[in-house]
Amino acid sequence: MILDSKIPAGPLAEKWTKHKFNMKLVNPANKRKYDVIVVGTGLAGASAAASLAELGYNVKAFCFQDSPRRAHSIAAQGGINAAKNYQNDGDSVFRLFYDTIKGGDYRAREGNVYRLAEVSVNIIDQCVAQGVPFAREYGGLLANRSFGGAQVSRTFYARGQTGQQLLLGAYSALSRQVANGKVKLYPRTEMMDVVKIDGHARGIVTRNLITGAIEKHAAHAVLLCTGGYGNVFFLSTNAMGSNVTAAWRAHKRGAYFANPCYTQIHPTCIPVSGDHQSKLTLMSESLRNDGRVWVPATVEMAEKLRKGQIKANDIPESERDYYLERKYPSFGNLVPRDVASRNAKYVCDEGRGVNETGEAVFLDFRDAIKRDGEDTIRARYGNLFDMYQQITGENPYQVPMMIYPAVHYTMGGLWVDYNLSTTIPGLYALGEANFSDHGANRLGASALMQGLADGYFVIPYTVGDYLAQIGPSPVNADHPEFEKSIQEVKDRIQKLLSIKGSKTVDYFHKKLGKIMWNECGMARTAEGLKQAKADIKALREEFWKDVKVLGENEELNQSLEKAHRVADFLELGELMIDDAFNREESCGGHFREEYQTPEGEALRDDENFAYVAAWKYLGEGQEEELHKEPLEFENVKLTQRSYK
Amino acid sequence: MKLTLKVWRQKNNADKGGFVSYPIGGISKDMSFLEMMDVLNEQLTEKGEDPVHFDHDCREGICGMCSLHINGKPHGPQQTTTCQLHMRSFSDGETITIEPWRAKAFPVVKDLVVDRSAFDRIIQAGGYVSVNTGGVPDANEIPIPKKIADEAFDAATCIGCGACVAACKNASAMLFTSAKVSQLAMLPQGQVERKDRAEKMIAQMDAEGFGACTNTGACAAECPKGISLTNIARMNREYFTAAFTTENV
Repeated sequence: MILDSKIPAGPLAEKWTKHKFNMKLVNPANKRKYDVIVVGTGLAGASAAASLAELGYNVKAFCFQDSPRRAHSIAAQGGINAAKNYQNDGDSVFRLFYDTIKGGDYRAREGNVYRLAEVSVNIIDQCVAQGVPFAREYGGLLANRSFGGAQVSRTFYARGQTGQQLLLGAYSALSRQVANGKVKLYPRTEMMDVVKIDGHARGIVTRNLITGAIEKHAAHAVLLCTGGYGNVFFLSTNAMGSNVTAAWRAHKRGAYFANPCYTQIHPTCIPVSGDHQSKLTLMSESLRNDGRVWVPATVEMAEKLRKGQIKANDIPESERDYYLERKYPSFGNLVPRDVASRNAKYVCDEGRGVNETGEAVFLDFRDAIKRDGEDTIRARYGNLFDMYQQITGENPYQVPMMIYPAVHYTMGGLWVDYNLSTTIPGLYALGEANFSDHGANRLGASALMQGLADGYFVIPYTVGDYLAQIGPSPVNADHPEFEKSIQEVKDRIQKLLSIKGSKTVDYFHKKLGKIMWNECGMARTAEGLKQAKADIKALREEFWKDVKVLGENEELNQSLEKAHRVADFLELGELMIDDAFNREESCGGHFREEYQTPEGEALRDDENFAYVAAWKYLGEGQEEELHKEPLEFENVKLTQRSYK
Repeated sequence: MKLTLKVWRQKNNADKGGFVSYPIGGISKDMSFLEMMDVLNEQLTEKGEDPVHFDHDCREGICGMCSLHINGKPHGPQQTTTCQLHMRSFSDGETITIEPWRAKAFPVVKDLVVDRSAFDRIIQAGGYVSVNTGGVPDANEIPIPKKIADEAFDAATCIGCGACVAACKNASAMLFTSAKVSQLAMLPQGQVERKDRAEKMIAQMDAEGFGACTNTGACAAECPKGISLTNIARMNREYFTAAFTTENV
């Protein structure tokens, strides 16, 4: 199959406008004849469900949480980018486009990214109209701040809770449509399969998490807005329930999975404190605007620190190495996430880590507090400082924070074309669940932008084009394909419950996470990846022989829910390894140790790897098939990324 | 640390339920409360006993999904969410009592999991500004004084966990409902529908079976996000203004 990105021809700035005109429209009176399923109610899902319902489509929205408002978009802290240029500091749609392409290390499509930058301005208008309380200046207008990887202030924010406020905005729009009867909500419901009829997605099979009932839902189109797969690493900043299951089941039904190895390791997380840890907590990288990252200049000093013989505040200026400011004078502490993370790893690998485990660096606010006063710093980051203190028991107004990188976001995901359609017609992927806009590394404050762009401003047009083409003949769930899928889901549940092995689901998840973090984390090697592939295969076999899932299907059964998700992670993990092995270059979040510049920066190979790697599932136990979508750059010149 | 956990077990909504005690050891002070519960569940699973079911998701204090009543207080001894509570708040040898939220409008689903969909229905009754996607004015065409924006923001930080209801003798949802009513009443965007909104959301709150306000302020004292009682005063004002104005405009 040739992957057609369907990027419209013509100048970059006119592509989306032209495409909108060329797309077919559904007559307003006919919209009520179409049913659309939206899986996931985060920024992408809630905004899509609300917008489609406003247009008149009948929407069914599903989430595994007890309410749509709990989706993990809520945890995004720092902000949302938009090319408003309210600050008169030289921002423009083209600059946001350029920064995003460059930040993604030239592994994203120009057309998609330009559209993202273009609609970014509409998102802010929309959210403000909904009553989202963004930060404001004394004159009553909106405030902005600069954010990792950008030299202009284009980030809109709501203290350190931007994701929460944006999600509650989208949730309120969704709630309004529930009240209008245009959206039917299915909380505590997990998607178990996509149902295809004559090659088109025509519905889903779900499990009611309270009763265990396996149910079928038919629709003219299915939208997967189910987030990323960072929890394959066990420890990540994702919510405990975040999972790949919906995307993975779609993949197994024929949707290609693109660039699975592109994972973002976020530089500012609270370090791991012990084996009991269940998740890692992110501290917004907006902290890097005022905090200075450093470690002791010498290993000896770091050792003293680790043994508790000296305190951070006692270390004199001359003995501190502000390594980001030293190596990257023009970006300093604001270098993109992948660069900041990798450098933290380097200094810790040298033995200059600052906590007991040796895997932490300082993020110090001493100078910012001296310059701006404690009150100003509190106004900017109060809730983050409180959270840090709650978790670590230390007061960051008085002692420097300790941070270390952690898995945060996955740039890879289901392959989609310009219309956000997967390789299965009628099946769409939005937000983090797709692969399309961030290349090999996502810039800060761009995830919220993409989720809302897809949901509010892209899908309402593109899904309409598809629906107009297939026509409004009714769909129903009587087709034998639904029964077939239900039976497969039931068989799998039965299998999981009947193994009655000796090890818990978490045992397997933790082991998988260790393999992935060690061999497919911040740095990867061919050797390590080969070993990891063998290890994952063995672990998967052990899982299906020896996992212990208690209880029954016909009840709330959290072990069973988790077993489903971990079983899918055990398959995805192997594909990530394959993808990382195949990509013999370093780019963005994908760092192969064999491919680096003499200064230790990622070394791309544009000649051989300027493509999207899209993987096709061929069947149980078989190697997946690689398809390449070449990336063409007409408007930017590919350069070695430099933040010096 | 060694502890005794007295946990509410209830198979489903029809089951009567009761407390079961579990001794647990090897707990570190750096663990979060939910990580301690994970340890318990791993041990129960290994023994072949059904793990304790509880709601949780983000584990960073923002999604509002976690919900335990610990030693008689919603979210336990600190004014924070359960997921942000750490074992350093407890002492070695302590007995910790863990219950679900108790409220008629929050029926128990299983063990410590309750159904909070009543909150969604209150929001559906009017907790929004009726604007469709697209066709809205430029964001900076609606200037809002910083003080007002900040106060609206304080109200908007409610995470919908339900601790306010669990803390209240009457299981009243006044704090939750008033947070949304206040946020939108303060902002210019919410003016058009403010009267209707207050009336409809309060009517829904009553229909769900939440009790009347006790005026004791237990809700605000236990709110992990520090939502202030001022919001309830504002909502009452909104409600009376709406009730005494004809045509509701």
